[in-house]
Amino acid sequence: MGFLALQSLTKRYGDFSAVQDLDLSVGKGEFVSLLGPSGCGKTTTLQMIAGLVEPTSGKIMLDGRDLTHEKPNKRGLGIVFQSYALFPHLSVAENVAFGLEMRKVNRAARDARVKDVLALVRLTGMEDRYPRALSGGQRQRVAVARALVIAPPVLLLDEPLSNLDAKLREEMQFELSRIQRSTGTTTIMVTHDQAEALSISDRVVVMEAGRMTQVDAPYRLYENPATAFISSFVGKMNRLDGVWRQGGADIRGVQLPCAPSEMSENTPTTFAIRPEKIALCATGSGQIDGTITNAFFLGDAWLLHVETAAGMVAVSMPNRGEEPARAGMAVGLSWPPFALRAEGPAERPS
Amino acid sequence: MTTNRVTPWLLVAPGAVLFLGLVLVPLVLTGVLSLHGYNHTTGIQPDFTLAHYRAVLSDDYYLGIFWRTFRIAALTTLICALIGAPEAYILSRMRDPWRSVFLLVIIGPLLVSVVVRAFGWSMLLGSSGLVNQAMQALGLPSTRLLYTETAIVIALVHVMLPFMAIPVWTSLQKLDPAVEAAALTLGASPFTALRRVVMPQVTMGMLSGSLIVFGLSASAFAIPGLLGGRRLKMAATLVYDEYMHELNWPLGATIALLVLIANLVIMLAYNRAVEARARRTLG
Repeated sequence: MGFLALQSLTKRYGDFSAVQDLDLSVGKGEFVSLLGPSGCGKTTTLQMIAGLVEPTSGKIMLDGRDLTHEKPNKRGLGIVFQSYALFPHLSVAENVAFGLEMRKVNRAARDARVKDVLALVRLTGMEDRYPRALSGGQRQRVAVARALVIAPPVLLLDEPLSNLDAKLREEMQFELSRIQRSTGTTTIMVTHDQAEALSISDRVVVMEAGRMTQVDAPYRLYENPATAFISSFVGKMNRLDGVWRQGGADIRGVQLPCAPSEMSENTPTTFAIRPEKIALCATGSGQIDGTITNAFFLGDAWLLHVETAAGMVAVSMPNRGEEPARAGMAVGLSWPPFALRAEGPAERPS
Repeated sequence: MTTNRVTPWLLVAPGAVLFLGLVLVPLVLTGVLSLHGYNHTTGIQPDFTLAHYRAVLSDDYYLGIFWRTFRIAALTTLICALIGAPEAYILSRMRDPWRSVFLLVIIGPLLVSVVVRAFGWSMLLGSSGLVNQAMQALGLPSTRLLYTETAIVIALVHVMLPFMAIPVWTSLQKLDPAVEAAALTLGASPFTALRRVVMPQVTMGMLSGSLIVFGLSASAFAIPGLLGGRRLKMAATLVYDEYMHELNWPLGATIALLVLIANLVIMLAYNRAVEARARRTLG
């Protein structure tokens, strides 16, 4: 059993199940993300762990202690709220010291600890500022410092980066990861941003309509999504409907090599391939030929729409300073043999 | 180009005329009136004198009434804050439809005339009223409530409560509910979270509520007039008596102006003291 264990945790609001039979075991020091679209129950799960929402049934165990019916102020967990929820009438130092004050830590020890934690989140020198005088990123650091100052066994992050602009968000991702590793605090982060979840978590828990659908390391989740939903939610995916035939794909009469699968012969099947796994090559030398219909320049890469006999395929080509691809060009497409996967039976037979 | 220079003046004209006509002119007239002499046999004199100001400020009778007015208004404000703030907090934690129902209960009294409510209280507090009957039934001696300061304060609190509850409720609406939750998760008890985190943030609401309640209480007329009786006077009833019974209009005008000035000074000082502190931290 893990350090933090959720056992068939369920929350119902009337007939609606916000979270259904969630079983999750988190190891000590692990960074786990709960990933899913809004309304999938990930925030409800976090609030149940925090003690802000009472579970309908199931158990929450922390290091062998049953937390299920413990009041939030007795759990001693650190929580970073989506809105940061800083105390606007207290200075940065007073905000951070609040948890220690509640624990009746004496003044000298408190000041020393606040100083350490502010150094950890790189806010030294900001002690006397008030939250309204801070930028979004700084507010977030204060929220993290305030949660970490009490040395919580578990740190809960509720969409910690969603209020930051894109550039700062990327910076703070790595900052969060650095802080988490240097303190070794077991962390659970809720997010709807797959890039965020993949980049900094040890494991990602994908949630869909109140249920957990896949728990995996980021790389394995990306490469082997368990459901069609996950494959389109995590990263971009080309999906082509065809038929499983002779151990490979038959898409609109085009035979393509495909990763092995347990599909039976002649089953209508959805095939999937990631845009970045496809490379451009000379016509006739790849698996399939096509014509570029649209070329979008993204700075670090080109996103190309290529019309082929098997259908429209999106290709992501890194920008290496070569001749830019233009709409109207005839190209060949090639990919490693097993990049094309049979995802499952086609939703609509083709 | 000329229209551009005229337009702003035209735009402020209606408001300016209203303000000049309804506030400034009567105020100046009252000020002029207060400087005229008065004679009981011949009425208002054409000469100018400061005698009324000297008379009011050196007479214990008037100073006593001013002090009572201040005391009653301050006490009403304090009790309104003690009842109104928790009332607003409970209201903000309610869910619809109960919230709408109780908001109506709080605002409801404003729809009934103050005079009607004052008569209601005089029936409840009278020597054979409901309150005294209840006290007798419990074996307590009957007390005189009507025509006392207690009666005035009780009725004023009843009338003024919405003016405290609503500003506090408004500032509670602006509060991020996660802030209170954050305090709880950091180990604060619900009461500590309320005291250390919620209370300081509704200071501004309580401040504006206090100013409204204090101002209205200090100049209240119907309640002290009907529940204070003929002898227990407050500033507004005193002014009324000077005008309507003594017919000494200049003296009445003097008292009215002095009360206005005192009220302004107290409210501005209070505002500065509390707001400066709140602004520094809340911005």
